[in-house]
Amino acid sequence: MNNFEYAPAPESTAIVDIKSEYGLFINGKFVAPKSGKRFETINPATQEVLAKVAYANESDVNLAVSAARNAFTKTWSKMPAAERGKYLFRIARILQERAREFAVLETLDNGKPIRESRDTDIPLAAAHFFYHAGWADKLEHAGVGNNPKPYGVAGQIIPWNFPMLMLAWKIAPALATGNTVVLKPAETTPLTALLFAEVCQQAGLPAGVVNIVTGDGTTGSFIVNHPGIDKIAFTGSTGVGKAIAKAVAGTKKSVTLELGGKAANIVYEDAPIDEAVEGIVNGIFFNQGHVCCAGSRLLVQENIQDELIEKLKRRMSLIRVGNPLDKNTDLGAINSASQLARIKEIADSGDLEGAQRWSPACNLPTKGFWYPPTIFTGVSQSHRVAKEEIFGPVLSVLTFRTPAEAIEKANNTQYGLSAGVWTDKGSKILWTAQRLRAGVIWANTFNKFDPTSPFGGYKESGWGREGGRDGLAGYLKAGN
Amino acid sequence: MRIDVMKTYKLFINGQFPRSESGRVYEITDSKGKFLANPAHGSRKDLRDSVVAARAAQPAWSKATAYNRGQILYRVAEIMEGRSEQFIAELIAQEGLNPSAAKKQVEQAIDTWVWYAGWTDKISAISGSTNPVAGPYYNFTIPEALGVVAVFADGKPSLLNLVNGLAPVIASGNSAILLAHEKYPLSAITLSEVLATSDLPAGVINIITGKTAELVSWTGSHMDIDGIDASGLSSKQLREVKELGSENLKRIHSFDSKRSPLRITSFMESKTVWHPVGI
Repeated sequence: MNNFEYAPAPESTAIVDIKSEYGLFINGKFVAPKSGKRFETINPATQEVLAKVAYANESDVNLAVSAARNAFTKTWSKMPAAERGKYLFRIARILQERAREFAVLETLDNGKPIRESRDTDIPLAAAHFFYHAGWADKLEHAGVGNNPKPYGVAGQIIPWNFPMLMLAWKIAPALATGNTVVLKPAETTPLTALLFAEVCQQAGLPAGVVNIVTGDGTTGSFIVNHPGIDKIAFTGSTGVGKAIAKAVAGTKKSVTLELGGKAANIVYEDAPIDEAVEGIVNGIFFNQGHVCCAGSRLLVQENIQDELIEKLKRRMSLIRVGNPLDKNTDLGAINSASQLARIKEIADSGDLEGAQRWSPACNLPTKGFWYPPTIFTGVSQSHRVAKEEIFGPVLSVLTFRTPAEAIEKANNTQYGLSAGVWTDKGSKILWTAQRLRAGVIWANTFNKFDPTSPFGGYKESGWGREGGRDGLAGYLKAGN
Repeated sequence: MRIDVMKTYKLFINGQFPRSESGRVYEITDSKGKFLANPAHGSRKDLRDSVVAARAAQPAWSKATAYNRGQILYRVAEIMEGRSEQFIAELIAQEGLNPSAAKKQVEQAIDTWVWYAGWTDKISAISGSTNPVAGPYYNFTIPEALGVVAVFADGKPSLLNLVNGLAPVIASGNSAILLAHEKYPLSAITLSEVLATSDLPAGVINIITGKTAELVSWTGSHMDIDGIDASGLSSKQLREVKELGSENLKRIHSFDSKRSPLRITSFMESKTVWHPVGI
């Protein structure tokens, strides 16, 4: 099987014009940072420097918040809702027009396969703007009372795993509901957010409605603690999410959080095995496993374990790891050296604690950050690889005998973001879905996303939902 | 002349009426400063016991049909109606109300149970959805009960506020721990006697009386409480409970005194299910 050779099919990078240096996007213009500092962003597949971006310090954040406040008071909150919606429609259309450019840039800065940035991230980001555009003048039907009001200025902090998609999940509902935005992209993936700033200019979006400040966690804490911020939306780790919740406890700030996960993917004995194998692979190896809702705990019914694992290994041996720009690549680069170190550290604990590791033979590139697709069998619930979010292409396999045991094990986690269930029996799907304590349940599928479909977690996986009617509630104060 | 039989005001945990395990009580007075009662001064252990009871009771309560839950909430209203005189007398003593104002508050409290009883089988139609995703999938969102919710009832109107705290929380299938208002606990305790005779399963509502300052810190830091209705807390107490609650990301909300379906959905979680469509 491994003798199949594909000719390289790299996507051209000619479509992207990366500047050597970027400013902050404040009040409709790119401006030099008051901090006077810049930092480099690299291509994680090659470690080449792509650009230098501005580092926003407290003064820079202050300017961005003032611009957003000014735009909220003078422009955005006074504009008829239908007109506000039209700006979002414009943005959606421009994103569709420039989709290829965004996809290539996303792959360069993030390391994800072009197939995914081209077919998933960017089309979904455009869809989010189109969906929310239509909500702008229908908010009295959003389920939060007859006269819902925006909070004002939203501070939004997003992660590096889906840079452009997370930007869309944050900015589209915020603008549709009449809030203005200060958004901080992740330190390692700022470039598509800065390209989005250009889209805002092309769309003629009033100055200050969207402000983009680049920086690190300290920059993020300036946003969180700024008294001029009315609403905070954060996607990232559960640890940081808890710290944010604590930091704003004494304020009136509204908070939504999309945090970590350790999803169970349950395969019953009566599942369609070949489809389940595809779903398991998609569940854990999509986006290098840098997915908060990844199906990172495979729970397989004991009597089909051998057959399933054999088929899974055969399928894993066909995964193509390498150049993210190659259209045939399945698994791209790990986003950063520090994330690679984290994956290695937790995965190594699997060896130490007695689980059995397996990876297919694959030649990893010498430059850049890489980790092979990996499974651990013989995992028990107390192992770190079963409890902690690895955020990498590492799957832990556990077994169960009865449906009740599957539920017990699936729910035995502080997380509750997503879960999967595989069976051909309809009543068993619904029985299982009812009992899983998770915000998104994929039955006979996995890792599907849509702007109309609410996404978010139970328990320590977060507060609130994004997408659908539920997602609007996070940006609206309830009316009478 | 006959000497009144005075009532001993106790806690309500898992369908029973224990004294505080600590053996402590505290004194409350009526609106004129005269001795009224020695309610239990609940301890941290009492709170923990009530969380254990609430957690154990919650799955079955949540799985009961919405029709069944609605009938039980309505039954609470029925039993309360029959005990109106006692609630009125306690409100007169606690809040210093005149008889007609006290009667009005009791009637509003009873009607609030009836209002929420009618919501149990409608809330998912109002706040759930089927979602037209762009692909061959059937996708729906349903709200589900959060789990164990602690309710800090606000003061005056004390009976109405505690019903407006408890009814929406249990309507959706949560179990509840009511932290009675420190100054106005009598209506809460008398309500527990109504609940005990209303077909409400043991543990679905538990009631602790005591010192709010202590209860705030114990409740905020308890890792098996999922949500808190903090309507009865001061801004300082709210900050404390939110800081402590961040450790397990408790859902903490405060409300004005109006009844609203948002009081129900605030303690629910949306679950979205995807399935392919095909033959």
